[in-house]
Amino acid sequence: MDFGFVLNPSSTVDLGKVDTTLYDRLARRCPDVKTCMACGSCSATCSAAQYSGMSVRKVLLGLQRGNDVSAMLSNCMLCGKCTMVCPRGINTRNLILTLCRIHDGEGSK
Amino acid sequence: MIYQGKQKIWSDYQKDIPDDHWYYARSCIRQNFFPASEKYFLEIARKVLGKDICDNEHHTTCGGIAYHSDTIPQETAMTIVARQFALMSECGYENLVVSCITSFGNYNETIETWREFPELEAKIRENLWKACRREFKVPKYVAHASDLIFKFRHEIAAKSVNRLVNRETGEPLRVVEHIGCHYSKMFPHKGFGGAEYPCVLSGMVESWGGQVIDYPERRHCCGYGFRQYHVKANRGYCVANTHKKFESMEPFHPDMIITNCPGCPYFLDRWQYVISEQTGKTYGQGGYGIPVLTYEELAGLMLGYDPWDLGLQTHQVAVEPLLDKIGVKYDPAAKYLGLNKEDLLRPELPTNMKCH
Repeated sequence: MDFGFVLNPSSTVDLGKVDTTLYDRLARRCPDVKTCMACGSCSATCSAAQYSGMSVRKVLLGLQRGNDVSAMLSNCMLCGKCTMVCPRGINTRNLILTLCRIHDGEGSK
Repeated sequence: MIYQGKQKIWSDYQKDIPDDHWYYARSCIRQNFFPASEKYFLEIARKVLGKDICDNEHHTTCGGIAYHSDTIPQETAMTIVARQFALMSECGYENLVVSCITSFGNYNETIETWREFPELEAKIRENLWKACRREFKVPKYVAHASDLIFKFRHEIAAKSVNRLVNRETGEPLRVVEHIGCHYSKMFPHKGFGGAEYPCVLSGMVESWGGQVIDYPERRHCCGYGFRQYHVKANRGYCVANTHKKFESMEPFHPDMIITNCPGCPYFLDRWQYVISEQTGKTYGQGGYGIPVLTYEELAGLMLGYDPWDLGLQTHQVAVEPLLDKIGVKYDPAAKYLGLNKEDLLRPELPTNMKCH
């Protein structure tokens, strides 16, 4: 039956069921990712953000929720501006580069 | 009596309610949604409890829905409320008992606003006089109708012929209680138990023999929230809230839901049908839904009133499984017979949810 509206999908994140394999691999190779406080400075300064939707903050949040972030990664130009503004001193450029390598199949090495 | 320790803390969450002489403020939507609830509140209060309650035919809506939907300014809503107070004053009553949760919040909000801003009260008095030449006294006490039933729950239990107990197993029925947001979340000190431990419905359930279920989304909104529902494009969000509650209560296998708000029983009842049509899922036993009753309907059932006189046939979710569990006698053939045995016709049946 068509009611003219449908049940909105739930936005609940069940952390017990989330697959964080990628995030865990990243954290093993770049432990400083755990110090991220999701302030969004990296996303605010990102040159690619307003044209492609790239956001380091969203990438990390997506990984912690088990989402696929590969499309966003491909938009990164590796300019490194995000690294310069990170208040926690995280090498975000290296983070993205490492994540790309993990995606390319080097993660298990 | 001097209260100490936990007794003192708990006493802060209680309120003293006058015993008698009430002016009844009806709801504008409850008479359409659950048509016999208000009638049986008056019946129980007058005939079973022997209370003096005034029911005035000149009463109108409190304006709460329009106010919360941002379609009228607060001053207009206050003038409507002032007119209700004027009607009460003209009838010679000082205690207001309110049928609707939103009206309860609206009346309390108006009185609190006037207490903070007396100049606004003076302006509303002037507005009312200009509009309809009426004057009013601010009520001494504002209670919700469920407060009264809660206060006299033990008397009702003593006079009841049914209990919230499974007739076959002897186990107490598992009841979900859902309290309207405008009862305990706007002015927590105006309700029994405050915002943290609202006990107005759980107290009734326990007095009448049932067992209250404590589930994770117990205090979540039913999903109505005027602006969600009234805009059709937002209704998916509205039903998603209700869906979240049902998913949360499902593992506890509730036998029924009791509510004290006009919107909550309506949406918890009707949305079960919508969810079953859209997802194919039902939450009751054997393909049925979970029956949703107002506290007046439940009190009426406990006191032995006929379920069809209580208007239980107007519910979307079939109540027969619950009636069978309690052991209430009913005539299935009389379900859709109205006043003077007039045939009310049969509703169309849902695809996935059993209704008979």
